Amino acid sequence: MNATHAEAGAGNSAPAISLRNIKVTFGGGAKAVEAIDRIDFDVADGEFITLIGHSGCGKSTLLRVIADIIQPTRGSVRVFGQSPDVARRKRAFSMVFQQSVLMPWATVLENVRLPFKVGPKAIRASGTSMDALDALRLVDLDGFADAKPTALSGGMRQRVAIARALVTRPRILLMDEPFGALDELVRDALNVELLKIWRQSDMTVVFVTHSLQEAVFLSQRVVVLSRRPSQVEGILEIDLPTKRTLGLKDDSRIGTEAARLRALLDAG
Amino acid sequence: MASLLTLWQLICAGFAIPEYLVPSPIRVVGAFREDWALLISNSVPTITEAFFGFLIGNAIAISVAIWFVYNKIFEEMYYPVAILIKTIPIVAIAPVLKIILGNGIEPKIAVAALICFFPTLVNAVRGFRAVNPNLMELMHVLSASRTEVFRFVRFYGALPYVFSAFKISVTMCVLGAIVGEWIGANKGIGYILLQSMYDFDTPRLFATILTASLIAIGGFTIVSALEKIVISWDPGESI
Ligand SMILES: Nc1ncnc2c1ncn2[C@@H]1O[C@H](COP(=O)(O)OP(=O)(O)OP(=O)(O)O)[C@@H](O)[C@H]1O
Ligand SMILES: [Mg+2]
Repeated sequence: MNATHAEAGAGNSAPAISLRNIKVTFGGGAKAVEAIDRIDFDVADGEFITLIGHSGCGKSTLLRVIADIIQPTRGSVRVFGQSPDVARRKRAFSMVFQQSVLMPWATVLENVRLPFKVGPKAIRASGTSMDALDALRLVDLDGFADAKPTALSGGMRQRVAIARALVTRPRILLMDEPFGALDELVRDALNVELLKIWRQSDMTVVFVTHSLQEAVFLSQRVVVLSRRPSQVEGILEIDLPTKRTLGLKDDSRIGTEAARLRALLDAG
Repeated sequence: MASLLTLWQLICAGFAIPEYLVPSPIRVVGAFREDWALLISNSVPTITEAFFGFLIGNAIAISVAIWFVYNKIFEEMYYPVAILIKTIPIVAIAPVLKIILGNGIEPKIAVAALICFFPTLVNAVRGFRAVNPNLMELMHVLSASRTEVFRFVRFYGALPYVFSAFKISVTMCVLGAIVGEWIGANKGIGYILLQSMYDFDTPRLFATILTASLIAIGGFTIVSALEKIVISWDPGESI
């Protein structure tokens, strides 16, 4: 157990991310789609928080707003007190997508090293990042450094994507259904690995999933979004120990917590 | 293939088709054996013209494609011009190029280059644009510059498209060189084609046609081999 995370639960440090009155509308006129509206919450430093909601409710949109991929139509986003584009240029966060998004022409190691090859020179040379091989070791793939991504299974590719995200030692890890395309056994194994990596760091994780069980198993808090234009339906504290093992997956407490989530989801 | 040749031989013999119309395969092989030195020595200028035409035409096409990808306005302005040039038959442009460039190797290279230009331009523009949107998002999160996006993503993403274009243009540029030679040359495969026609030497004419297609097949084989070496991943697979 890590001191940072214990504090985070108490919420007494400055937030890693703060979202105020966020609204995102796609397009204009009669065809405008209001994806999210009046989103208001904070993510504590060092916290593992999960966004959950019905399909198409705007979870990815919210994550993209934090990652400075899209600008909100209204409202303010702060990442460690700074605007998302400043945070992005400082590499305050990394992002992992549902697809592994690897360069098929490059080796696994070259893919993990991509963050050192591109982006602002000053930040690349800042020396805060870890060695690419160490990042691969974190996800148990150090034996595959010279392999091409196409030679790997889906689960392994996603671990490469996680290594690429971790290699810069981001303070925040944004994950958009990273295990959504994997089968259940692989997903469970990666859940445990992710939690281990999170526990050993001071990292804040914002995770998006469709799976109630996954949300409960991973998170300290779960943000339930309502249907479109989605708002925060409720935020649930997950009452489970910080150290979680695979055995907990089948524990009845997971089901109990998942039922609470489902009730909130159905209310939205 | 063998059965087609046998059929061809049988028809020529069975219907007593005069040799000056369609020679039998045996006669074509005979002409090959007789004239091989002539055919080889005249292949050299044609291959040279086609080779430089291929290089120049594709280099210009790829440069223009890069320019288009980064300047949407220029693309809108000049794409129609490229299409316009494409619609003018190459045999109509060739004499113009001869007047401008003279009697040497240059107009032949120019015709070969011109014929390569369009397929590569179209494919390269499509290739540079056909980047995985997820990869673009990742590059954005990494704050990559436009040049970095090009070097690390667009370049590789376009390679499969560019190689499809190369495979088309490598055979086209042989055709271009031959058309260039027709307009005025005293050597080359195009020249031998015309001479054989004037001499009513159909066996040699057929042997020359065969030589031309062998050159094209050779070029295609080389480009395909290069493609296999360069593109070691499966471009169809999205990961
Ligand atoms: N670029 C865009 N242009 C127009 N509409 C968009 C765009 N991106 C998302 N949308 C719409 O906004 C809504 C929210 O999309 P978003 O992808 O954020 O949902 P999601 O909760 O991540 O869905 P899923 O669970 O399927 O991943 C959807 O209705 C979607 O169609
Ligand atoms: Mg989504």
